[in-house]
Amino acid sequence: MTAETFLASLHLSTPEMILAVGAMVLLMIGVFLGEKSSGLVTGLAVGLLAVSGAWLIWQTGDGQAYNGAFLSDPFAKFMKVLTLVGSMVALIMSAGEARSTGIDRFEFPVLIVLATLGMMLMISANDLISVYLALELQSLALYVVAAMNRDNLRSTEAGLKYFVLGALSSGMLLYGMSLVYGFTGHTSFEGIAAALSAEGRSLGLIFGLVFILAGVAFKISAVPFHMWTPDVYEGAPTPVTAFFAAAPKVAAMAMLIRLVISPFEPIVADWQQIIVFISIASMLLGAFAAIGQKNIKRLMAYSSIGHMGYALVGLASGSMAGVRGVLIYMLVYMVMTLGTFACIMAMKRKDGNHVEEIDDLAGLSQTNPFMATVLTVMMFSLAGIPPLAGFFAKYFVFMAAIEAHLFALAIIGVLASVVGAYYYLRVIKLMWFDDAKGEFARPSGVLRLVYGLSGLFVLAYVLIGGPIGTAAEVAARTFF
Amino acid sequence: MEIGISHYLTVSAILFTLGVFGIFLNRKNVIIILMSVELILLAVNINMVAFSSFLNDITGQVFALFILTVAAAEAAIGLAILVVFYRNRGSIAVEDVNMMKG
Repeated sequence: MTAETFLASLHLSTPEMILAVGAMVLLMIGVFLGEKSSGLVTGLAVGLLAVSGAWLIWQTGDGQAYNGAFLSDPFAKFMKVLTLVGSMVALIMSAGEARSTGIDRFEFPVLIVLATLGMMLMISANDLISVYLALELQSLALYVVAAMNRDNLRSTEAGLKYFVLGALSSGMLLYGMSLVYGFTGHTSFEGIAAALSAEGRSLGLIFGLVFILAGVAFKISAVPFHMWTPDVYEGAPTPVTAFFAAAPKVAAMAMLIRLVISPFEPIVADWQQIIVFISIASMLLGAFAAIGQKNIKRLMAYSSIGHMGYALVGLASGSMAGVRGVLIYMLVYMVMTLGTFACIMAMKRKDGNHVEEIDDLAGLSQTNPFMATVLTVMMFSLAGIPPLAGFFAKYFVFMAAIEAHLFALAIIGVLASVVGAYYYLRVIKLMWFDDAKGEFARPSGVLRLVYGLSGLFVLAYVLIGGPIGTAAEVAARTFF
Repeated sequence: MEIGISHYLTVSAILFTLGVFGIFLNRKNVIIILMSVELILLAVNINMVAFSSFLNDITGQVFALFILTVAAAEAAIGLAILVVFYRNRGSIAVEDVNMMKG
């Protein structure tokens, strides 16, 4: 590689470089200032993510870097901005609750920055090797973050479970990659696509595809690889769960979209079947398994499994409209999740104890009407009731499925969302029609700001959805 | 009998299967799960190097080196999490990883 192209590569990947170098600097600051520096490091980490995002939006062009291992295009930019916003909001929310949830260590923001770096590289990866390395960078940081409250049994157990199942899924992904490499002779996405359209598919390659999809399905917690989600969501400290539910899902979904649409484009019919199956199974499990839950974090875990199923409906259609639907869905899903988790983090009794049972929300409308209203809007939106954002997100993916003649998929999806509405409405009923059991402490300003803004976004999506749809369309056009 | 690509693939498939079964059937110790994970990654490496040699293409060997590096990092993190878990639980038996149902 000549010096000129190396500089061009560096220029194209500056947002990632900012995060990589910045994480090292933050680590140094943390090490020299000691345990007390966690607030300062958190602030600097948020600044770092903001600078990286600003550079990404205004300074980064399109093109390939590092001999085609890294790719920057409108799709990558859209998803990277989402990821950065998700990480940033999760970090800001965690700042106020770090002490009471046992994660007030400077390593926490550093690990979040490193995980975000991994996610951005995942989104931009254009080669099986870079996909794997980016995914591991993200996963290794996330395993540690899950066990962040190291004196707490549930948190460490969540970390251990996440690690074991995550390592297994990485192994399956790798086995699939080795088969794809062996049967096409390439690791670059262009090379694989060219080999597939020239030689067609072989049995070994289909095995490889299945293993790769299994590995990625684990990362987006789609059925049948969802087992870790409820336990990790419940066990991990709440700010960590808020982070898990937002940014990594967006990044893994972006990686899945690029994987199936770019290298495996010539064998659409093969991966489409698998995605349809995963999608139906996730929607149904998300709808039925959440009904009996008592812990609100577990409820959100099943809800996120279901939502990944709905997002995959768009991907299954394999069209421009479908990918656009997935992008809009991920954006809306992220806002709804962050807003809901801001409310969950605000479930703190006056003595400083966090509670997380759904029954603890009873009578919230009498004690904190604003939070109850926002949470009601969030639940309606998660259930997909018009005219809230969640409805439009579902509308776009189901329309894409119908245009692609996947009628069964769309019908099952609509039915599953009807079943799912039950447990969202149960939360609303508890808040408005049951008697209060106790009062929550006044939420911190940051939490009120986050859930206020998400509530506003969900309500006003009818008005602001146009530009968002256009941006998603520009991003989706990358592939078609 | 000449050793061809299919022999290597068979060995690697057997090792991979052993690794997966080691994770799911093992009822004793979390350390055994870590060993099974290593077995899976090494099975992949055999695949990679065999394909690389068969295709006369160096990429597979480069990939194998990366996998070795990541496997080392993964083992380090896994053992670290296991140590903090042991401090809290006082046991690393698989059946004791049961605070949350699922």
